Amino acid sequence: MIWNPTKECMSREQMRELQGKRLRKIVEYVYHNVPFYRHKLQEMDLSPSDIRTIDDIVKLPFTTKKDLRDNYPFGLQAAPQSEIIRIHASSGTTGNPTIVGYTRKDISVWSECMARCLTAYGVGREDTFSVSYGYGLFTGGLGAHNGVEMVGAAVVPASTGNTEKHARLIRDLGITGIACTPSYALYLAETMEQIGITKDQINLRVGAFGAEPWTENMRTEIQDRLGLKGYNLYGLSEIMGPSVSYECEEQNGSHINEDHFFPEVIDPVTLEPLPLGQTGELVFTTLTKEGMPVLRYRTRDLCALLPGECPCGRTNVRMSPIYGRSDDMLIIRGINIFPSQVESVVLTMPEIAPRYLLVVDRINNLDTLQVQVELRQDYFNATLDTPAAIDELSKRLAAKLRSVLSIGVKVQLKAPGTIERSQGKSTRVIDNRKLY
Amino acid sequence: MTIRQLSIFIENRPGSLQKVLEHLKQSRIQIIACTIADTAEYGLFRLICSEPVRACAELKQYGVAVAISDVFAIEMNNQPGGAADVVGIISGAGVSITYMYAFLLDGRGILIFRTDQVAAAEAAIGGHGLRSLSENDLPVNA
Repeated sequence: MIWNPTKECMSREQMRELQGKRLRKIVEYVYHNVPFYRHKLQEMDLSPSDIRTIDDIVKLPFTTKKDLRDNYPFGLQAAPQSEIIRIHASSGTTGNPTIVGYTRKDISVWSECMARCLTAYGVGREDTFSVSYGYGLFTGGLGAHNGVEMVGAAVVPASTGNTEKHARLIRDLGITGIACTPSYALYLAETMEQIGITKDQINLRVGAFGAEPWTENMRTEIQDRLGLKGYNLYGLSEIMGPSVSYECEEQNGSHINEDHFFPEVIDPVTLEPLPLGQTGELVFTTLTKEGMPVLRYRTRDLCALLPGECPCGRTNVRMSPIYGRSDDMLIIRGINIFPSQVESVVLTMPEIAPRYLLVVDRINNLDTLQVQVELRQDYFNATLDTPAAIDELSKRLAAKLRSVLSIGVKVQLKAPGTIERSQGKSTRVIDNRKLY
Repeated sequence: MTIRQLSIFIENRPGSLQKVLEHLKQSRIQIIACTIADTAEYGLFRLICSEPVRACAELKQYGVAVAISDVFAIEMNNQPGGAADVVGIISGAGVSITYMYAFLLDGRGILIFRTDQVAAAEAAIGGHGLRSLSENDLPVNA
């Protein structure tokens, strides 16, 4: 099913035309309402009339996370405060959080975009759908919530926490769909196993997973343990929240709601736009946002825009899975390392639980990478009751990691359940190098 | 004849052994003999205890990495050379001992060892008249 065929299946020419029209309008709007953008455009000797078609977008300045922080809290807000009906704040681990105000129209666009995602996952009026992103300042909970209501399914606002109770509700209410982070889905599966709820006692059919990067291996594991089909749901609060892009039944890339969020992929060093199919940093321009529109926002997410048509009938462009974040990327002894690479290796070993912690250190001026992983309780058996057998396991993992990462890795095996579980975005890296 | 032993993976961190012992106490499991194989990063806590199957299941409930393995428990002569004689018989039959430890039971030395060559070990023990203990020989005060 397709929620809005007019917008999701329009011809490429019509889409480019619509995007061009909307870009002209949004540039005009920010020029007159956001001093930050007016000054930037003036510095570049640009006026709104220089923007005619969507191709002119490359003339516009970029916006970074730092710009949002520097203009805390309302410096980039374009709409008057009286028009704002909701405010979200993204996690500020360093410095100020990012504040995003939404007008009534923004919330309505967001719900529409979320409804498109859920419809692509096969969620409809008959479903009972649990939203297990955090409700609150984080956009995940309320963002998904509005979309579920819009498609007419019954929403169960479970949020995070109290996972045992949630697991029982999934069984007792016959919940058919869930939106949460992939790591929370695994935590939920684990909790169910602990309290004795089996896969055939529950009706979960659809999982909308996002808010952190995940791999195909992780998808297989979640699907296997919860008995559902897991779909990618991508979004970020600076642009809107969940619903910026979504997988369809083909599960070959995520369709971007590009009538609202115009995507570009750029080379993160030269800042030049890259052609379809090439991997680089994802950049979004909000084409219809009223509360806090952004021009060419650098997401730090690394991916590619995919060429070609999708057999599902949607014509809106697809993005590849995020294979890393430019700020997540670790440079260890000059080699680029992504936590997702470690994850893909860990998931190939059944004896090891699918969670890990990377600890980076600098000892005698040499970078070291330690990978902490947990033994899986159900795979611990009599053959592992000697140090030789356990060391063989960690050596095997270290060898696999070395071949994927191209650097030597020290593996530390931990007891089951000792690496902290995440209920939101996982912390996967501790960098102890004091480089600055 | 073999008896059942629990092997438990324990991290090298203050309190992790104590936690396991506390679980055993809560479950009213009696430890009869134990040893720890320690490495730089973790320890393997091996123990002979009352009700090994229930003990294993209870520990699993607490999320502990635990497994049951079969080990031999052989009575030794309580005099110099007692261990050498027993191990001499086992080794003499070409059986490799993976690890061993010992404890006293009513004043008699008991040698516990694990091997992958169970049948060969059984034959050597029987052939030389060594007494191997069964779980019924263990003093359980529960």
